Amino acid sequence: MSSQIHGAQHFDKAKRVEVKFSDEAMRTVQTIISRYPEGKQKSALLPVLHVAQAEFGGWLSPETMDYVASILNIKPIEVFEVASFYTMYNLKPMGKCVLEVCQTSSCWLNGAEDIVKYIEKKLGIKVGETTKDGMFSLKVAECLGSCGTAPMMQCGASFHENLTYEKVDRILDDYKTQGKLRSYTDHDYKNTL
Amino acid sequence: MGKKLLIHNDKVPGIASLEVYRAHGGYASVEKALKSMTPDQVTDEVKKSGLRGRGGAGFPTGMKWSFLAKPEGVPRYLVCNADESEPGTFKDRYLMEKIPHALIEGMITSSYALGAKTSYIYIRGEYFYVARILETAIAEAYAAGWLGQNILGTGFSHDCYVQVGGGAYICGEETALLESLEGKRGNPRIKPPFPAVAGLWGCPTVVNNVETIAAVCPIINMGGEEYAKIGIGKSTGTKLISASGHINKPGVYEIELGVPVEEFIYSEEYCGGIRNGKKLKAVVAGGSSVPILPTELILKTAKGEPRLMTYESLGDGGFITGTMLGSGGFIVMDEDTSIVKNLFTFTRFYHHESCGQCSPCREGTGWMEKILKKFLNGTATESDVDLLWDIQSKIEGKTICPLGEAAAWPVAAAIRHFKQEFLDIARSKKFVDISHYNRLNQIVA
Repeated sequence: MSSQIHGAQHFDKAKRVEVKFSDEAMRTVQTIISRYPEGKQKSALLPVLHVAQAEFGGWLSPETMDYVASILNIKPIEVFEVASFYTMYNLKPMGKCVLEVCQTSSCWLNGAEDIVKYIEKKLGIKVGETTKDGMFSLKVAECLGSCGTAPMMQCGASFHENLTYEKVDRILDDYKTQGKLRSYTDHDYKNTL
Repeated sequence: MGKKLLIHNDKVPGIASLEVYRAHGGYASVEKALKSMTPDQVTDEVKKSGLRGRGGAGFPTGMKWSFLAKPEGVPRYLVCNADESEPGTFKDRYLMEKIPHALIEGMITSSYALGAKTSYIYIRGEYFYVARILETAIAEAYAAGWLGQNILGTGFSHDCYVQVGGGAYICGEETALLESLEGKRGNPRIKPPFPAVAGLWGCPTVVNNVETIAAVCPIINMGGEEYAKIGIGKSTGTKLISASGHINKPGVYEIELGVPVEEFIYSEEYCGGIRNGKKLKAVVAGGSSVPILPTELILKTAKGEPRLMTYESLGDGGFITGTMLGSGGFIVMDEDTSIVKNLFTFTRFYHHESCGQCSPCREGTGWMEKILKKFLNGTATESDVDLLWDIQSKIEGKTICPLGEAAAWPVAAAIRHFKQEFLDIARSKKFVDISHYNRLNQIVA
């Protein structure tokens, strides 16, 4: 699967990662499981898949899903049917920074399509693709609850709102130079200034 | 200035912390309820308040609570629906991000009324950073003894946990949410049994929206009867409105139910009018699912009375000339907006979010998206308008959950009120997008 996608170097690294939680991640997983009554550990599946995705290269390989199934003592198919249902789980390798531009009504009314076109041109990729260096993937998303600060995009846990072309430039440059994004949110509702 | 009960302290520095929240009267409802009221008395106050579900359906909260089955020896659960995904809605995110303790306080007070020893806040996965804020607040509440064993020495014990979802609009439907909380696909359940009888892990469960649960705090503090005096008729209390689109001041506003729609759109206190001096064309008043209304019908009812921000006034005229308050996702469109293209974004959304369980919704939403695409690329014919109408009518009421209706209503309303726009495109064989996006260049980066 990964050979069809650009940026093989990054993904090979993701592939080589041994599928075993670090001690810290394992502690997080145990804490999550402890939130549910005994015998209901399957309830931990969605949050644990988020931990697994962050731990094993930003996507859920079949090996990762099998590993999660073994930890929660459920069948592998129960993991796959969940991982394939929810949009936040990546079933194929992604770039290090996944840009998800919201395209639903309020964002469209405020120019989301132009933001998408701008990013496509800037990165030389289309929606659904990853840059050759494995740095950025571009996706479109449905309403992310930032309608009052449209247009917006989400990168990992960060919400980037009130987007302009200049702001997009800055976000991408930040990520390229520092390898991370500064804050979770940078929204500024006009009525709360 | 209307009364504010939920986000009146949103600009207080540090209000997200327990210390500041407490200094501004936080957790008073927990003290009052646990120390001086029985659980039934708390429920009675909520009944008297006339509070209605703030997630969209508007079902009376006190009544929902009173349906909860209470068999001996079976645990009961309170689940907070923080899966805010209705396009145009972002009020819960604002509340949780700014004043997380308001939700946690409401969770404790409500759980006391329901006899729930454990509660879960199911938050959409995309709000990951908000979940972090909530978890920090919960840890503070545990450390200060507001959560955990024997709260305030009253013998009432309660645990509250956050669970993040995986990205699925359908999980805002309460039975899909419960499925998801159990670690499964978000496929809505067939009702009955309702969650009040068989909910989370088959146990009696109440599922309430974030804003509903937060509203329980002021209700207990001021008393249900006092709360009921705010608002008009059966629309009591205050409501958070998420205002977005072509307005000067998008954002979250807490209004007393009963504010005229015209005042809400044009006054400086709220939306501040239409951006760039443009004229108003249409409004989606309660999140993407509710019928869109043209200017003349959103400002005044068909009878010529001023339209008010209440459940009843917005609903006046049924779906022929009215709409719904819904979740309070208020999307404003100016004169240059293409209703057809806006509808396309909604329909694409519902097609994407259909869980796939029921064929009318799974197939119908896809067909509607395809037909609308024909309008956008200029290949639609006049008969496609009738086809679109026909398809939406065959989804509504024929699915397990209300996503079917949510997908059908916006299509029906767009054709009902803006049919000429569809016909013009079909006749001229071309779609011209004149929407102006100059906000992109307006915002100072």
